[in-house]
Amino acid sequence: MKRLIAFWSILVKDMRTYYLKPPNISWGLIFPLAWTGMFFIKSGSGLESVLTLLPGVVAISILFGATSMLAVTVTFEKKNRSFERLLLAPIPLELLMLAKTGGAILFGVANAFVPVIMALFLADLSQVVWSAFVPAVFMIAVASTFLGLFIAVAVSEVFEAQTFSNFFRFPMIFLCGLFFPIEKIPIFLRPLSYVLPLTYGADVLHGAVHAGNAMPYPLDLSILCAFCLGLFAASLWNIKRKWIV
Amino acid sequence: MTNEAPAIDVNNLAKRFGEVKAVDGISFIIRRGELFGFLGPNGAGKTTTINMLTGLARPDAGTIRIGGIDCSRNPKAAQHLMGVVPDESNLYPELTGYENLCFCGALYGMRRSEREARARELLEAFGLSQAADRKFGGYSKGMKRKLTIAAGIIHKPTILFLDEPTTGIDVASARQIRLLIADLHRAGTTIFLTTHYIEEAERLCDRIAFIVGGRIVLIDTVEHLIQPIQERHVVQIACANTLDGMQGKLAASFPDLEFQAVAQGLIRVEASKPVRVGPLVRFLEDQGAEVTEARRMRPSLEDVFVRITGIEADAMRKEMEKAGGGP
Repeated sequence: MKRLIAFWSILVKDMRTYYLKPPNISWGLIFPLAWTGMFFIKSGSGLESVLTLLPGVVAISILFGATSMLAVTVTFEKKNRSFERLLLAPIPLELLMLAKTGGAILFGVANAFVPVIMALFLADLSQVVWSAFVPAVFMIAVASTFLGLFIAVAVSEVFEAQTFSNFFRFPMIFLCGLFFPIEKIPIFLRPLSYVLPLTYGADVLHGAVHAGNAMPYPLDLSILCAFCLGLFAASLWNIKRKWIV
Repeated sequence: MTNEAPAIDVNNLAKRFGEVKAVDGISFIIRRGELFGFLGPNGAGKTTTINMLTGLARPDAGTIRIGGIDCSRNPKAAQHLMGVVPDESNLYPELTGYENLCFCGALYGMRRSEREARARELLEAFGLSQAADRKFGGYSKGMKRKLTIAAGIIHKPTILFLDEPTTGIDVASARQIRLLIADLHRAGTTIFLTTHYIEEAERLCDRIAFIVGGRIVLIDTVEHLIQPIQERHVVQIACANTLDGMQGKLAASFPDLEFQAVAQGLIRVEASKPVRVGPLVRFLEDQGAEVTEARRMRPSLEDVFVRITGIEADAMRKEMEKAGGGP
């Protein structure tokens, strides 16, 4: 019970102090809106392109929303030493980091549904397989958040966190099959696609929205799950190695 | 906490950063309810020790038992017993004073009603009730320090680690914090205090350990630490005018006494027997000095510190004040 109180308090504090601030809410709305508009205009094929664009826009909204906030907040708290307060609390490191990342995961999931709500007015979403779509959104949010955590733990300055995040995020836009299939990517770049977690999340989203998946859902979700565990474990290892010296 | 176990039991603790031995095999035991001072110059290993005791650093060797709990095996259980006030006021600037205390209480699993009542109680006790709803980021240094101490004791820990609690704050706030520490001590809390202010340690602590270069060089009660130098008799004579060359003349005329010019117009006289002030004052006045005061100095912990570390406490204080202000 005591651990649950601590977990919930960290999560609620982060939501209140970081994620539910007006600039973040507006950023969370504007960013997916801008991506949707940009790719919609670029496609030039009218409203029928909405369904093919939706998975990519959803994935990108989650990726940028979840990684940005976490990488910055954890680095900031580490820098002003308030993170030490959490390390001194009698809760296991795993639970502490799940509480810290919980806010970013929820923020990522919320970001995902902004383009979905917009798409509701532009296209018929009745054929979307929500039982695959929702788990994919959640798993992409978790993977993106843990990627943000991994970055936050690897750097010591807020600006480094931003730079390092972009080093991962921008290639993902082009390499993970968000807006064009991986088969169209030059062959020498294709191995990179398969070592990026977003590839597998985006594949499930394509399958759920317009039956455009290349791999079976269980395989995609299992690989995504493995990425999540790997990133979380690597982050914890780094925290123990670098922050509890 | 185990009934019979000491509050803190440290055995042969060591920590190295690269080639530097930050802590070099220190051992000590702190009884329950004791106020233990941990003194040393900058870089002596005080913060590294406190970090190892609280779980923020891993020892390379040695054992730590907090309330009988082996910290290497069960660090989180030990953290339940302790409150930590770091050398920096590291609460959340975007939360109010009240919210910060409630949040810190929640980290220790306190229920909402319990932590809210305790937060109000502490804000009242620390004179911060008026600022309860102001953001921590807007507090003065003294207020930040007081709230950080309040956050350290929100869950009523039996062992409290205070790292430089009065450094960088105004005299009135420092005085208030010392009174609060004394109150906590009287209430039975075990306190591990690191400080640069030797008078503070002398006034507050039951026992003191001096750490120099990562090793504990002396550990005892204030009374016992001072005892060896108490056999020395010290008199300080103040003169209104300058005393060029006077030290030599004094040494020649009073061979049993040791003279030291400690500042402009100030002479420190040391001897192994009581100093007769009359002849000294007469001699000085005959030489043209205008004596304004002569008083016997009580040997202080500062003298012990200077003797052990070779560092003038005043120099250390100035260094601290340059780094972050001081009372």
